[in-house]
Parts: sequence; structure tokens; C-alpha cells
Amino acid sequence: MSLAAPTHTASSDFLTANRLTYCGLLIVALSLPWVGNDYWALIATRAAIYWVLVSGLNLVVGYAGQLAIGYVALLTLGAYTTSVLTAGNVMPPVHPYIALMIAGLTGAFFGVFIGLPALRLRTFYFAMTTLGFATIVTQVALAWQSVTGGGIGITGPEFPAPFNSAWGFYAFCMGIAALCTWMTSNVAHSRHGRALVAIRDVEVAAESSGVYKPHALIKVFIIAGMLAGISGGLFASLQTYITPDAFTFELSVLFFISILIGGRGSIIGPLLGTIILTLLPEIAAPLAAWSNFLYAVLLLVIVLAMPGGIAALIDFENKKALHSDRNLVLDVDLLGAFKPETQQSQPLELKGIRLQFGALRAIDGLDFQVKSGEIHGLIGPNGSGKTTTLNVISGFYSPQFGQMVFDGQALPAGLPHLRAGLGIGRTYQTPKIVGEASVLDNVMLGGIASSDTHFIEAALTLPRAIAEEQKKRHDALQALRAVGLDKFASVRADRLQHSELRFLEIARALMGRPKLLMLDEPAAGLSVEEIKKLGELIKGVAKNGTAILLVEHHADFIFSICDHVTVLNLGKPLASDIPSVVRVHKEVVSAYLGA
Amino acid sequence: MLATIIASGLATGAVYALVGITYNTMYATSRVMSFTAGQVGMLGGVLGSLYMIVWGLPLLLALPLVLASCALIGVITEYVAVRPVLKSLEQHLYVLSTLALSLMFQQVTAIEWGTEPRPFPKLFGLGTGIYDEKFWIPVIACILTIAGLEYLYRYTLVGRAFVAVAEDNYAAQALGLPERNLRIASYALAGAIGGLAGFSGGELMLAFFANGAVLNFYGFVPVALGGLGNNKGAVIGGLALGLFQQAANFMVGGIFASVAVFALFIIVLLFVPQGFFGSATARRV
Repeated sequence: MSLAAPTHTASSDFLTANRLTYCGLLIVALSLPWVGNDYWALIATRAAIYWVLVSGLNLVVGYAGQLAIGYVALLTLGAYTTSVLTAGNVMPPVHPYIALMIAGLTGAFFGVFIGLPALRLRTFYFAMTTLGFATIVTQVALAWQSVTGGGIGITGPEFPAPFNSAWGFYAFCMGIAALCTWMTSNVAHSRHGRALVAIRDVEVAAESSGVYKPHALIKVFIIAGMLAGISGGLFASLQTYITPDAFTFELSVLFFISILIGGRGSIIGPLLGTIILTLLPEIAAPLAAWSNFLYAVLLLVIVLAMPGGIAALIDFENKKALHSDRNLVLDVDLLGAFKPETQQSQPLELKGIRLQFGALRAIDGLDFQVKSGEIHGLIGPNGSGKTTTLNVISGFYSPQFGQMVFDGQALPAGLPHLRAGLGIGRTYQTPKIVGEASVLDNVMLGGIASSDTHFIEAALTLPRAIAEEQKKRHDALQALRAVGLDKFASVRADRLQHSELRFLEIARALMGRPKLLMLDEPAAGLSVEEIKKLGELIKGVAKNGTAILLVEHHADFIFSICDHVTVLNLGKPLASDIPSVVRVHKEVVSAYLGA
Repeated sequence: MLATIIASGLATGAVYALVGITYNTMYATSRVMSFTAGQVGMLGGVLGSLYMIVWGLPLLLALPLVLASCALIGVITEYVAVRPVLKSLEQHLYVLSTLALSLMFQQVTAIEWGTEPRPFPKLFGLGTGIYDEKFWIPVIACILTIAGLEYLYRYTLVGRAFVAVAEDNYAAQALGLPERNLRIASYALAGAIGGLAGFSGGELMLAFFANGAVLNFYGFVPVALGGLGNNKGAVIGGLALGLFQQAANFMVGGIFASVAVFALFIIVLLFVPQGFFGSATARRV
């Protein structure tokens, strides 16, 4: 059986459905000039222009989950930049193409500027910033009469022949729209797209896998801002004359609804959404006065009633019943592929770690080492600092005192996103999985730290990006086979059961070829049979030289697989020795194990 | 000129502060920032003008009616846009649901009331120049609101229950506090405060449907400056914002005043993300 076989057969239906939709749209777009009149050209061009903006916004909203509600401001900015530059209000007139490019750059700059708060703050602040920006841009457009023409407005740019006729301009916009579809789809299906979705749904796990949120977000803010600016320039040309009134906030709502109606994490959905929402006002012309009100109602209904959008409706693959045979069949021989490239004999050492939250000492002077290939158990009562220790090593907490040495070098406190690259992998007490992504994509997330193709390479699917993508896919399937989940590779991860998610997290961590693998209560919620398999898997990973740090409450499990056990109590080590000694240690028995 | 800047700065600042308190009051019991906060402010002005000029009601009747109407808007917010999405708070769906509802209020106002600003009545007809009532009424309203809230939170059982729910929702429920009713009550209270903001600032901002969007943003800036849920911070932040904005208005002109406010907002968010009076939030692993 070939490795790739299961995913291909499983996801082919969905892919064909997607492809058919794209082909259908292409045929309609190509045949429109032969059957339609100028009015159709206008509507279709408008849809294409909106899509140029929405395709970029989709990466911000649908993938990265950042609620950019005021993107109309960037459209306005692009429209005015292009118009003012071609009209020559402030400097000698500029060629429309150059003006359009400058509009794109302006959009990119402001896209990043208004996105800055999103890099650090909760999402509401970002929503508010974009809203505030939308308010201000309109005010400035109204007040800055010498440049923008104020309320009277300004003439839009006209592109040179052959793009100055209705159908010529249609072809121009369609070309750009098709390019946007292709590029954003490439990004979405690359590691960059996976990183965005991971930031959206499991920020912590994304960081531990090597995703640095600010970098990932800035890239999409640049591309989304640029597309919005370009879209604005095209919009101004289509309108032939622009005033601040043309850029109502409801336009922003329309963009936003297009994405929501289409569904998060999809390209085709929002594309259909944009087309539908551009056509809607034409069909519902008698309701013109109430159309903005109806958009708002539509937004509310979508949020409350169909959060999955169109994409969820046409996702037939995930409506089929899953395999009835849910037995995990491990293949520990495959684990060799995830062996650390180099390994010290003692990859991790903690020296005198102390971490305080106010007056509380969560970890109070902790020393221990984990050796290569060793399974090191970390046990203790609730609140004794086990998970906190993992979080210190992962860089989520910075201890006030003490040193960490990893792989022969000092391990700096903090900086969780650098851990994966160093060779530290981990799992979580409650599995942190992107529920809406496929099992395979979740595992591929673990390979991000060792990827180095650039955003541009991914967007243009240059050979290096394709090669890397194929390699990661192959590795991820290998990891899935090793933990026995390969038959679910193309299934949405939230359809797996709890125990399977634990194995999925291990597969994800393996993708980084970890020198140290930290497991946080991996046996919790597993059946006796599954625990046995888990033990087998952990031992298999350790055999390749990976050091394992295992936090667990399941005493029998710990004592049966660990080579060394450290017992914590109130943040201090109570005992640290081989299992048979710890098991009968007097204080350990009284503090934790019980008689 | 300085006197004018201070008078108009404090007045607009007081309105922003009141909208900020509206945000905070809604946030306290639900952990939701609602975009309807600015719209109740807008409605305070529009309804005040409707009741007093169109219907000819006296102030003593119109004010309670405005507050009651806006309280109702608050309750509608809770029922329609907040409660259904509380279960999945971490998905931030409330941003969209409250935005949608807020736009619905705005559009209905635009259609029924018109899109041109309409006059707001003189409430007392007192003062001229920089002592004009339009400058001090918002300040008085702000002081009264703060005093009222302090009394409510410190000396009444309901107020303490609010504080308890705001502090720890689960513990409050475990104590048997009617968390849902308290939340509805706090939304009603927030609606009334927002209504008061718009009503007291009516002579300044007129009865205009587009005030909602403006207040949504300028009312949120004090919250960001002062720290989420911190009323003291919102008042100080609001007044500071009002003064800054008016000063910039006089010195560099209207266009760049709003640009300056926006730039200041972003800078504060970047360098003091928890606000000047807020507490840092803990790590979320």
C-alpha cells in the first residue's frame, strides 16, 4: 500500500467539487462578453473588483481570524490615491498603472499600520482600530478639499486602451481577480495558511510549533492591504467619479458578510459569497432604502445561525460516516524517520528554577536533567508545579531565578515560538488541535519550524515551495501511520475522539524531530488498551534517542514505562530516582501515592 | 481661546467618558464589548429631540422617557446579540453580532429620522459663551453618573451583586446570584447611561444618526486608555481625549485632529496595551 493512497481517494470528491465550481465560474466569466450587455459588464466588473479586496481580506478574517471590520477604509484610500495621482492634484499626473501600484503600496502600509494592535491585543481592539480608521478616512476625505475635492469629489482614473471600454476594463479586472484567487489560494494551502489557521484556533500550540504570530500576521496584512488598495483604484475607475459617500461603512459589512457567508478557511466559499452579495442589490432594487438594514440582519443571522457558511454546506466529504474500525494500529518502526538529527547525551538540564506569581512560589528551586533516550516522569499532587515546569521549558513563563540548558546551550526564558526550532516538542493537557482543519494539516503544522520557503515562494508556488510541501506531506503521513491515524488523514480533526487527539498531538510534535518531547498527561481519558499503545509509542520514540519528559497522574503507567521519576510537591522536588526507589519513598507515599 | 478649548474639551470628553462607562458596564457582567454602546449614545440625542421638539414633551418627562427607551435598547442588545454568543466567547462572535445589531439601529434611525443632523432643544437656556449650558451639562451628567454608580456599587445589594458577577461569574452563580437577571439589569443600566451621554451632549452634537459610529470609536478610546472595565480610567481617559482632540482641533485643524487622535490611540495600544489604570492579563496556557 502506498503512503499517499488513503488521502487521495478520500479527499478527491471534495477537490473535484471545488474544481468544478472554479471551472463553472471561469466559463461564465469567459462567455459573459458574448451574451451580456454593458450593464452586465458593470455588475460583473464590480464583483471582480470586490473580490480583489475580499480575497486578501479573506486571509485576514477567514484564515487568521482577525476581525477586520473596517476594510472599506483601505478601499477608500486606494481609490483616492489612484484618482488624486492620475488627476495631478498635488503633483504632476502619474500614469494610471503606476498610480494603481502606488495605491497598492499605500494600502499595504496602512494595512500593517492599523493591524499593529492585532499583533499584541485581543481581537476586539483590532476590530475597533479598523472601525476607527474607517471613520477617520471618510472624515479626512471630506475635509481635505484641496486634494480630495471634499464632498464634491474627484474624477476616477481611466486606464489606457484596450482597458477603457466596458468589456476591456472587465477583462482587466477579471484578470487581476483570477490572479488574486490563484495567489491567495496558494498561500492558504501552504504552511503559511496553516499557520494562520493555527493562530486563529490554537494560538498556544501554534507558537510551540514555531509560528511567530506577529510575522505571520504582518505578511497577510501586507497582502490584504495591497489588494484592498488596488481594488480601490479599480473601483474609482469603474465609478468614473468618486465622493466620500461612495464608501459607506455598509460596504465593509458587505465584504465581511461575503467571507462569513462563504465560510472560514475557504477560498471558493467567500468567492461565491462575493458574487451573491454583488448581485443581491440588483435583484432587490425595490428594497434599496432598506438594503443596508438587510445587510446588517444578514450578518446577524449568519453569525447566529450558520457559522460554517457555504463551504460547510458543500463539504460533502465530512458528512460521510467515519471508519467503524477505530482501533489504533501503531507502526513504531516508522518512528525512525523522526529521530533527532543530532543528540547530546543530556539534552535538558534545569538548575535552581524558581517561578513566582506574586507571593506564590509555583516552582521553588527545581533541578533535574533529562538524558537522551530517557523517559523521565514528573509526578506530584495537583498544584505541585508539573505543567508549570513544562510551561517554563516551553517559554510560556519566565522564571525569576535559575538556568536552563538545552542541547549544550543556555535556553533563554520566554520566546515560546523558538522552541520548536531548537528541537522541543510538546503536547497539552487538553489537546490543542485545529478542529476545522484536516488531521493531516494538523500534523503538518508540526513541520513549520523546519520549513524555510518564503511567503512569496508559496504564493507563486515556486518549485522549492512545492518540493517542501510534498516532503512535509509525506512526513506527516508517515507520522500518522506511526501513531495509527493514517486512515483519518483527510478527516476534519474535530471528528476524532479524545483519545485519538492525544495520538494526533504526538504525531504533530514528532514532525519537528524533537530532541526533547514533553507530554502533558497523555494517558488522561484513555482506555486501558489505549494506554498500553501509548506506552509502546512513547518507548518507541525514546528508543530513537529523543528525551521524554512525561507529566502524568496515572501511577501504574508512570512506574511501568519511566526510567527516572521526579516527584514534585508544592513546587519543590520531593524525590528523584529510579521508579522502584520512588515507589517506596516514605514522603512520596504520604504526600502523593498513598499507602 | 484656551478657555474655549477647555470648555469644549471637557464637554466632549464627558460625553466620551459616559460612552466609555457604557462599554464598561456591559463588559462587567458579560465580558462582551458591544458596538451598541455608541448607538445608544446617538439615540439619546435623537430620541431627546424627537420627544421634546416633535412631540413637545417637557424636560421632566422627556428625560426619563429617553433613559427608559435607551435602557430598552440595552436589554434588546443583551437578548439578541449577547446571550446567543456567550457560550463561545473565545470565538469573539459578539464583535459581529453586536456590530450587526448596532448597524440595524443606525439604519432604522437613518430611514425614520433622516440622514441630516436635526436640532436638539435648549434644555434650560442658561449661560452664554464658554459658560453655555451645552458645555457644562455633559460634565454634570458625567459627575452624577459616577456618583450614582459609586453609590450603587458600594452601598446597595444589587450593586454588590454586579461587582460579584463582574469579579467571578462562576463563584457568583455558585452563591446563588441570579447571574442572568443581573446581566440584563446591567445592560439596561448601560443603555440608560449611554442615553444620558447622548442626551446631555445633544446640544453639542445635535440629533444625528451618524453620531453612533463616531461615539463607538471615540467612546472606546477612553476604555483603551483607562483599561478595560475601569470606570475611573474611562473618565480620566475620556476627559483627556476631549481636551486633546479640541486642542488639536484649534491648533492643526479638524482633519489632522482626528488623525492625531487615531495615531495616539494606536500608540497607546502598542505601548500600554492594558491601559493606564488596567491590570495586566495573565498568560493563557
